[in-house]
Amino acid sequence: MVNDKLIIDKKKFNSRLIVGTGKYKSMAECAKAIKLSGAEIVTVAVRRVNISDKKKPLLMDYIDPKKITYLPNTAGCFNSEEALRTLRLAREIGGWKLVKLEVLGDKKNLFPDMIETLKSTEVLTREGFRVMVYCNDDPLMAKRLENVGACAIMPLAAPIGSGLGIQNTTNIKIIRSQTKLPLIIDAGLGQASDAAIAMELGCDGVLANTAIAKAKKPFQMALAFKNGVIAGRQSYLAGRIEKSIYGSASSPKTGII
Amino acid sequence: MKKIKKIKIKLNGKFSTINENLSLSIFLKELKIPLKKVAIELNQEIIDKNNLKTIKLKNNDKIEIVHFIGGG
Repeated sequence: MVNDKLIIDKKKFNSRLIVGTGKYKSMAECAKAIKLSGAEIVTVAVRRVNISDKKKPLLMDYIDPKKITYLPNTAGCFNSEEALRTLRLAREIGGWKLVKLEVLGDKKNLFPDMIETLKSTEVLTREGFRVMVYCNDDPLMAKRLENVGACAIMPLAAPIGSGLGIQNTTNIKIIRSQTKLPLIIDAGLGQASDAAIAMELGCDGVLANTAIAKAKKPFQMALAFKNGVIAGRQSYLAGRIEKSIYGSASSPKTGII
Repeated sequence: MKKIKKIKIKLNGKFSTINENLSLSIFLKELKIPLKKVAIELNQEIIDKNNLKTIKLKNNDKIEIVHFIGGG
């Protein structure tokens, strides 16, 4: 297991769990949850600096970008233009080339707009970005993203923040079978077992935010997700038994008294 | 004494009145913006932070200063 690393854009990570930094009660809570989760990559949003209140704590003061990989995300963007603008600004902040693209198409269910997503992936890749792409669980679109240069495929499990868990395991399996790119389940997980299921399906990692940040005990849930991801990965690598509709006794039939 | 002319700019969506001929570098310094932690856009164009001193602010300029915050 020692050599079992998550590799994204040639960078190696020990943890297969990526966590979001939104929705926490405070920066301190967020930082502690990240630490407990063991995550080495965190997603961050790009927003206006609060000019009038400079005492507001800065994310970088709590989570050191030298120790934890910041993954700038375009959450909240509803077209390609907004997403491109956001990520170009993100790159300017600190030279980040590895980014997460998320172009939403519907305010209610937060499903991705795949036409805009595909277009943006192509432009960003041409500009030298390494793009991890939030997408729906459609194998055809996943293939198209790969063809235009995505560096990781990040299908949703369910709507963002819904906590429903993986809704279409079959499609995730199909996407897994067709790509060698890192496959990371993004959005919609609700509990640690959802993360374990994602890993058992052969995914390379999972991304969770709301499930941890909004759990009754975020620190405990951060730990649970960490363990869920490890358990799921080991289970996948170990290779599960064949399913059977009949029973198979665990004890030998010989020597019964 | 010569009166300093004022200009109107928009900073992060809010109007603000500043002295004419102010460089972007001094403007950001006065606001105590931690330059290493932000990106700056002037009229929708990203500004190279090495060139701040050479840029003079003009009337109706739109400045956006962004940074990273918590997000999913």
